[in-house]
Amino acid sequence: MPVNLISTEDLSFCYNGTEVLRNISFAVKKGDYLGIVGPNGSGKSTLIKNILGILQPQKGSVYVFGEPLASFRQWAKIGYLPQRLSALNTYFPCTVKEIVNLGSGAKASMQNFDNILRLMGIEHLSSRLIGELSYGEQQRTMLARALTGNPDLLILDEPTAALDPETRENFYSLTHELNHNQGTTIILITHDTGVIGKYARQMIYLDKKIIFSGTFEDFCTSPEMTGFFGSGTQHIICHQHDRSNA
Amino acid sequence: MNLIEIFSFVFVQRALLAGVLIAAVASILGVFLVLRRLSLIGDGLAHVTFGSVAFVLLVGFSPLYVTLAALPLVILSSLAILKLTRTRKIHGDAAIGIVSSIGIAAGILLASLSGGYSVDLLSYLFGNILTVNQNELILSFIVFLLVVSFVLIFYRDLFALTFDEELARSMGIKTKQINTVLFILTAVAAVLAMKVAGIMLVSAMLIIPPLTAMQLSVSFRLTIIFSVVFSILSVICGIIFSFLLNLPAGGTIVLFNVIFLLLIIATRRILPASR
Repeated sequence: MPVNLISTEDLSFCYNGTEVLRNISFAVKKGDYLGIVGPNGSGKSTLIKNILGILQPQKGSVYVFGEPLASFRQWAKIGYLPQRLSALNTYFPCTVKEIVNLGSGAKASMQNFDNILRLMGIEHLSSRLIGELSYGEQQRTMLARALTGNPDLLILDEPTAALDPETRENFYSLTHELNHNQGTTIILITHDTGVIGKYARQMIYLDKKIIFSGTFEDFCTSPEMTGFFGSGTQHIICHQHDRSNA
Repeated sequence: MNLIEIFSFVFVQRALLAGVLIAAVASILGVFLVLRRLSLIGDGLAHVTFGSVAFVLLVGFSPLYVTLAALPLVILSSLAILKLTRTRKIHGDAAIGIVSSIGIAAGILLASLSGGYSVDLLSYLFGNILTVNQNELILSFIVFLLVVSFVLIFYRDLFALTFDEELARSMGIKTKQINTVLFILTAVAAVLAMKVAGIMLVSAMLIIPPLTAMQLSVSFRLTIIFSVVFSILSVICGIIFSFLLNLPAGGTIVLFNVIFLLLIIATRRILPASR
């Protein structure tokens, strides 16, 4: 029986009286690749912050690696890439190496560290200051930080937003490889419904509540989604990656 | 009077030792505060220190224990700033402003109640490192050990927290506890820095050395080390020059802090690629 790495039960969250999440229940099993999609303000990042304990849900419960969130301690098992740093000061005096090292738990080795820098294409930037880098390079640095501790679960919040198309494609391939070859469980938030459908085994469409949960194939044939998007838009979303592959 | 003669005085030795310890404490904590945009916390806590000292003097504590007696109120105020920032959706600068105003208002009222501004109270406003007593030297040493141990043990947590608090929380770092300790140590540092630079210039000791070190922009670890180096150099130069030129020590120390900052900025402009 696969272990649920993440599960929520009836999770609800309000911000200043405004409902952001309503009765969210879902589970992520070991080895899953879950894509969470939805429009702006649909609560995708808020859901992740509730799972990680950054925000406290008003109602419901969160279990991480089978444990209630409040008693969970093995945070090195989770690699998290935030949507954007809350307030990155351009003059923050720290190097790429220092930030990537921040993610290294007891499991990390120097070889692993170098491999990840190479994988992210930032090995030549390791002694540069974070504020001197482009947004895309900063994003790759933060992703390298999330990967350094060899996490069992990787949570990525809109990781490709600032990447060029080639790097974006490489990035998705990397997540696919991590999921398939290393068994890393992945939760990825994106607006890119068509593209994530190509990689994720499961999808959730969120708009304050879960509108859809299932595979991409189910998403494309779901009458609820047809009703939600209209058949034309649903067709475009579902065949977007056919065109990008052509 | 030459340097050997200056250093032969016990009170100068004590001032130098206390000054170096307090400079190190303030400049280490200052790096975390400046980078978290809490630079003016020193100013706010200094104003509370003014109120606390006025209260302690009104109650009639011996000057030997004024620093120690002022501590509890300043620590509580520091925690109040932290609490206000967290729970009332008030930005850090506004929280500091509120606590600072209460401190200065209380100070003025208490000074008035005690029959005006006494010599003792004015000496705290402008500071005098040369009057550091044995208790304050011991307290400085204890606080120095506490701050260095705290930073060494929790370096990764403090770095993550300073870089991005949400990210730190996602790593399971106990940000609430780390913040509490950081704010308590900052309060103690502010009270001690009052002795070196005076209430008016406490924030300079917390802000200027980290800013100087940040101009060199090498790495986070080296920023902390350079901050300590510039702060200690300023205290040593400040005490010596104030003695030689018969100037107030607090102001001279802060002026040296500014001189180092300007020198580094000028050097960076002349040699922009020097890293």
